[in-house]
Amino acid sequence: MYIIVVGAGKVGYYLAKELLEAPEGHEVLIIEQDAAKCERVTQELGDIALLGDGCEAATMEKAGFGRADMVIAVTGDDEDNLVVCQVAKARFSVPRTIARLNNPKNESIFKRLGIDTTVSATAAILAQIEQELPTHPLIHLLQLRGSGLEIVEVKVPKNASIVGQRVGELLLPQQSLITLIIDTDGTPRVPSSDTVIRAEDQVVAVTRRESEDALRAVLTNSASAGIYGRDG
Amino acid sequence: MKIVIMGCGRVGAALATMLDAEGHDVTVLDIRPDAFKRLPPQFKGKKHAGNGIDQEVLARIGLDQADAFVAVTQGDNRNVMATQMAKHLFGVRRTLCRIYDPIREEIYGDLGLETISPTLVGAMMLKGMLDREPAPLEAEAEA
Repeated sequence: MYIIVVGAGKVGYYLAKELLEAPEGHEVLIIEQDAAKCERVTQELGDIALLGDGCEAATMEKAGFGRADMVIAVTGDDEDNLVVCQVAKARFSVPRTIARLNNPKNESIFKRLGIDTTVSATAAILAQIEQELPTHPLIHLLQLRGSGLEIVEVKVPKNASIVGQRVGELLLPQQSLITLIIDTDGTPRVPSSDTVIRAEDQVVAVTRRESEDALRAVLTNSASAGIYGRDG
Repeated sequence: MKIVIMGCGRVGAALATMLDAEGHDVTVLDIRPDAFKRLPPQFKGKKHAGNGIDQEVLARIGLDQADAFVAVTQGDNRNVMATQMAKHLFGVRRTLCRIYDPIREEIYGDLGLETISPTLVGAMMLKGMLDREPAPLEAEAEA
């Protein structure tokens, strides 16, 4: 494939390097308007750099946008990445355009304006953090010494699939049991198998350390996720 | 009319001043607060310091209530992006976009934006002036 990368900052440089090393043997061109950065690419990656403004139609002509299979705009300015991709599509009919987003909120407008793919490091890192810190965490209340058991607390989300179910119906992990439910108004109940789980109940449970994730999944996963969906 | 002008340079400030004097509800947006020094003391419109290609800034200044949006910053690409945000995200009925680069101006004109290239307009006006015979000098007229 003929792939044009616009912007030879760190993202553009390593992207071009990886593409060149890929077994598919891509033809790669990198456009950069800073002469020093351009020179560095030439020295380290070979004769693949074009000095110029990647938003200028003249530079695009020279770079051969007309025969590019893919254009990837990875400068530090979202407006420049947008224009590169829009002009690539409108004027040069490039089949696939990828834009780097610096502000993740720009995703919707880029999509709307026809950019095929957007990539945001900020959004990717946020997604990682959300996985690490679920919105409804399991709070560790007490370790029961020597037994490998612990007492934990979870607040049942409004959209959890267990809302409306009876405690006896829940498929809890082995050696886990629900010991106490506190209503939203603060009333504690000792649950029987007929006790119905309500949204935003605080559930106190005994579980084994290794079953924590499975228990959290049962108590908090929304109806759309599988029982052990996210953490299982 | 409620009009939002992005970019308080010479053109933005002059346009804002004219529209304000005509009684329009004018809001001027510029990333550098010192740009507002170009506005005359009698300017009654609103001045906002902020980035015009940030959706949150555009929402904060009430762009969804605007009848018109004019992008006249120094950056062609900023103008292009902000104009498209005003049009597609905020539903502004009239959006005008200044693009210095005549080629980009043509491309975005084809894509449905109301664009103007001062480069092209200026060059054509200068050519028109050159093409016209100058008025004869007084001495020549008398001779």
